[in-house]
Amino acid sequence: MLGLEKKDFRLLVIVIGLTVFAPFLLNPFPVQSEMAQFNAGYPDLMQRFVIFGVFAIGFNILFGLTGYLSFGHAAFLGVGSYAAVWMFKLLSMNVLPAIFLSVIIAGLFSLIIGFISLRRSGIYFSILTLAFAQMSFALAYSVLTPITGGETGLQLALDDPRIFGASQTASGNIPVPALFGLEMRSSVEWAVGPWLFTFNAGYYLAAFFMILSFYMAIRIFRSPFGMMLRAIKSNQTRMSYTGLNARPYTLAAFVISGMYAGLAGGLMASMDPLAGAERMQWTASGEVVLMTILGGAGTLIGPVLGAGMIKYFENIFSKINSTILHEWFAFLPDGLEDIVVAMIYPFVGKGWHLTLGIMFMLVVIFLPGGLVQGGQKIAGLFSRKKVDDKDKSTASEPAE
Amino acid sequence: MDQFILQVLNGLDKGSAYALIALGLTLIFGTLGVVNFAHGALFMLGAFCAVTLSRLLSLSYQVVDETRTDFLGNPMQVDVPYVYGIFGEPLGDAIINWSVPLAILFAIPVMIAVGYVMERGLIKHFYKRPHADQILVTFGLAIVIQEIVKYFYGANPIPTPAPDAFRGSFDFGVLLGFDPGAIIYPYWRLVYFFFSVIIIGGVFAFLQFTTFGMVVRAGMADRETVGILGIDIDKRFTMMFGIAAAVAGLAGVMYAPINSPNYHMGMDFLVLSFVVVVVGGMGSLPGAVAAGFLLGILESFASMSAVIDLIPGINQVIIYLVAIIILLTRPRGLMGRKGVMEE
Repeated sequence: MLGLEKKDFRLLVIVIGLTVFAPFLLNPFPVQSEMAQFNAGYPDLMQRFVIFGVFAIGFNILFGLTGYLSFGHAAFLGVGSYAAVWMFKLLSMNVLPAIFLSVIIAGLFSLIIGFISLRRSGIYFSILTLAFAQMSFALAYSVLTPITGGETGLQLALDDPRIFGASQTASGNIPVPALFGLEMRSSVEWAVGPWLFTFNAGYYLAAFFMILSFYMAIRIFRSPFGMMLRAIKSNQTRMSYTGLNARPYTLAAFVISGMYAGLAGGLMASMDPLAGAERMQWTASGEVVLMTILGGAGTLIGPVLGAGMIKYFENIFSKINSTILHEWFAFLPDGLEDIVVAMIYPFVGKGWHLTLGIMFMLVVIFLPGGLVQGGQKIAGLFSRKKVDDKDKSTASEPAE
Repeated sequence: MDQFILQVLNGLDKGSAYALIALGLTLIFGTLGVVNFAHGALFMLGAFCAVTLSRLLSLSYQVVDETRTDFLGNPMQVDVPYVYGIFGEPLGDAIINWSVPLAILFAIPVMIAVGYVMERGLIKHFYKRPHADQILVTFGLAIVIQEIVKYFYGANPIPTPAPDAFRGSFDFGVLLGFDPGAIIYPYWRLVYFFFSVIIIGGVFAFLQFTTFGMVVRAGMADRETVGILGIDIDKRFTMMFGIAAAVAGLAGVMYAPINSPNYHMGMDFLVLSFVVVVVGGMGSLPGAVAAGFLLGILESFASMSAVIDLIPGINQVIIYLVAIIILLTRPRGLMGRKGVMEE
């Protein structure tokens, strides 16, 4: 179906199902209950899940398949958001041209950077991409202020031209991004008993793009081109001895993943029309590396899982404070309760980065295939049938 | 001319920090072949050694001073540091005042221990893994170290002053016959520069003139042969990791008065010091030092207003620009050995 093998098609259907029904799945707790704070089904967070999913899927095409570790991918995301916001300023508030342009601009930008950076491999490649990204960040922050808005970031204003749209709405406000009149921030709420589900237009647009990106990623993974990229990862020397030049393939992978990053940037700007230089900083590039590795580099579903997990932690886990902890452990005797809370407290709330760092280290040390590999191992323990190599390679084996 | 000298001087203190961190980085890379992304975190830990010691020394108890009164007319509560009780007031005062230089003594054992534990506990298992894995695991470690420091010390920068004797500035211009006030340079930065020269000299002397250093150099050149000769080279390399950690830590200790330590200062320096290592040449110690000073000075020249007027924004990107040019034209770096990491 759709040019996919049966197994891949099943995976795609599962992903489509999960994204479409995310507003239900992420809101399992009734609004009034104590557990409601673990609900992740609000538009802002769901949008971030899918947008960073796109970003990580793209990064995985480069890192997971070719093994080239780019530490500057956030630059493309930043460029994409700038391009989208400029489109909102100059053309109209329709999101489609904005997203289209952000993909194109990020693609061109990554073509230039990739062309230069890919002359080196290994650690030098990482440092080159890092240097380019830091340069873009520094320039966007200082000299390029007329284009990027500098420290305050690029924002919409009332006197923007917007040739094909209105500079301002009838009530004198800045118009909001929309898809042919459907505002991105508009939501439908549906209350079922004590539950409340929110369906947001922006989320479904972003989810559509994520499913599209996911489908494209499967096609790339299964194509001869994907095989070439894997060959580069496993043995570039042998590949060149067989008469194949690796450069065009790596460059293509780099540009594709740059365009994915641009798409993510464009979507981000469509949900909230502003762009800032901090999106390009190298810690932002580090974040997408974390997501991909955590989920499982070289696997199809891994990066999406990693992105979702990190964003969930960032928004939900970080809200747990000592009062909530005390409530949870109230059943323990007083002294013990304080000890347990004191022991857990550094790892939650503001300290969630610590948990993230530890988890990331554990994954790199023990599970180079990420959470996906962990899941497979656990599944292997429970199923009597031994998972043979052929099975694994079709499902989601890291491209080593 | 005075502007020229001023910029060279300005570049020296940043260059010293770059050189020290890059020296440790390249020492680890040259001996163990590991790309250590947690090195910036070690620099930051050093700075927090200074913070910790100055806090420990100023631990005080309160006594009621009957002779003085506060604004309400009650007898005043005075904080008396415990060190007064041990060393007496004048000496105790001096010790608190000199806490940053004293932290050097405190930081050396701490940092060597940290380095040792890090190598034995974690890095050891990554020798055979690809460089990408080493980068990733040390990157994760850097996050963990940062967050632990943040938990204990908070997210705000902690001012850690230099001793009174080194506050203020030194009128360097008068010495060279310029007008007074033409070249003014803070004393502490001068101290930092000389300190880094001493440390760098010490590391080189250690490698050049001791048997231990000789074995380490032999191991860097040909690890296998040294192993065949019956020398436990891994043990020495572990020690070198500790020393590299100590060098980064000391760079951090002395940097604390220049830039108030905060938990992410390491990350800010890390990127730059990697660039320095690459420019100097992976695994080349003199290269790292030379590139550190060179880039520090280049950076300060690029921030002269005359240069910025000519090429806007150059001060922000000069280091990266140099790194890109070097990597593309001469990937082994300025002083790298032929054949080492040239791909």
